[in-house]
Amino acid sequence: MHELGLMLRAIEMAEAEARAANAARIDAIHLEVGALSGVVREALEFAFQAARAGTMAERAHLEVVVVPATAYCGSCDATFEMDNRFGIASCPRCGTPSADLRQGRELNLSHLEVSG
Amino acid sequence: MNTPGDTRDVRLRGYVSAEPGDARTVQVQKSLMAHNDQVARANREAFRGVLTLNVTSSPGSGKTALLEATARATEGALRLGVIVGDLETDNDAVRLQRAGAPSVQIATGTVCHLEAEMVARAAEALDLGAIDVLVIENVGNLVCPAAWDLGEDLRVVLLAVTEGEDKPLKYPRLFKGADVVIVNKVDIADAVGWDRAQALANVEQVAPQAQVIELSARTGDGLEAWTGFLAGRLRAKRA
Repeated sequence: MHELGLMLRAIEMAEAEARAANAARIDAIHLEVGALSGVVREALEFAFQAARAGTMAERAHLEVVVVPATAYCGSCDATFEMDNRFGIASCPRCGTPSADLRQGRELNLSHLEVSG
Repeated sequence: MNTPGDTRDVRLRGYVSAEPGDARTVQVQKSLMAHNDQVARANREAFRGVLTLNVTSSPGSGKTALLEATARATEGALRLGVIVGDLETDNDAVRLQRAGAPSVQIATGTVCHLEAEMVARAAEALDLGAIDVLVIENVGNLVCPAAWDLGEDLRVVLLAVTEGEDKPLKYPRLFKGADVVIVNKVDIADAVGWDRAQALANVEQVAPQAQVIELSARTGDGLEAWTGFLAGRLRAKRA
């Protein structure tokens, strides 16, 4: 979706955190991306190659963990993983459609590996 | 003190060096959308006296026509104010001003969605104390607007019968966040062979939480259910 803008922002945030930790280099950036966030891992990686030039992260590698979309079924009082292809959250146990999305829209800078 | 030959000991003790030069992990756990979310929170506070809507749809579904019809139908009962986003032109703001609603145009240039900061700046040009319902007409786009909290109370997704039945399945993120789904152009549903049962079933599957209102902005058919809904939500917010 806006992977380049997101990666520029991620690197900006990462540099601020790295500086606060008195580091000289960022070796890895770890992101958590929800399955329903609209963001594509490959596009993030491509954008990262362009965005990291000239920054503290220019030799860093990018790790993207995709968080599966999970919803909550009130009838069963349990969560379940959703069918990401259609954004349909029908409880696999009782079939009731659910609107209670618990996970899947994340766009987080999880942690960094730094050195120096 | 770490000396050569001690490496096995170091591993067993789980030693993590804090000396400069050593590799270490920095926990962050922050959303990349943190700045927008912060501005959205400030907007929400600024809009606490008005019912605020974020209206999205694909281009041409009838957002502006619906808002014109709403402004005319609620004249004297509800005071509408509009912030409208497009890449270029102020056509929509002009139309809405003519329909009686104070309107501010955001011309985004190239940006395909509205963000909280743009809305905050546009809102400065409106007298929030003189309106009841603030409508933010987003850029026509079923993809990007979904990710951006603007500080609204309600997310309204507009769908026209001319778009077929499967838009909710194709754009789940936007529909999953909808409080209201408005089906527009019902007056020409037969002419385009719209399958009402299939369309509503798809909305129900992806967006079971959404209130569905079927109407025609052009003929006014069904408009009362929409304006009544707005009046009710406004009363609830100001109660």
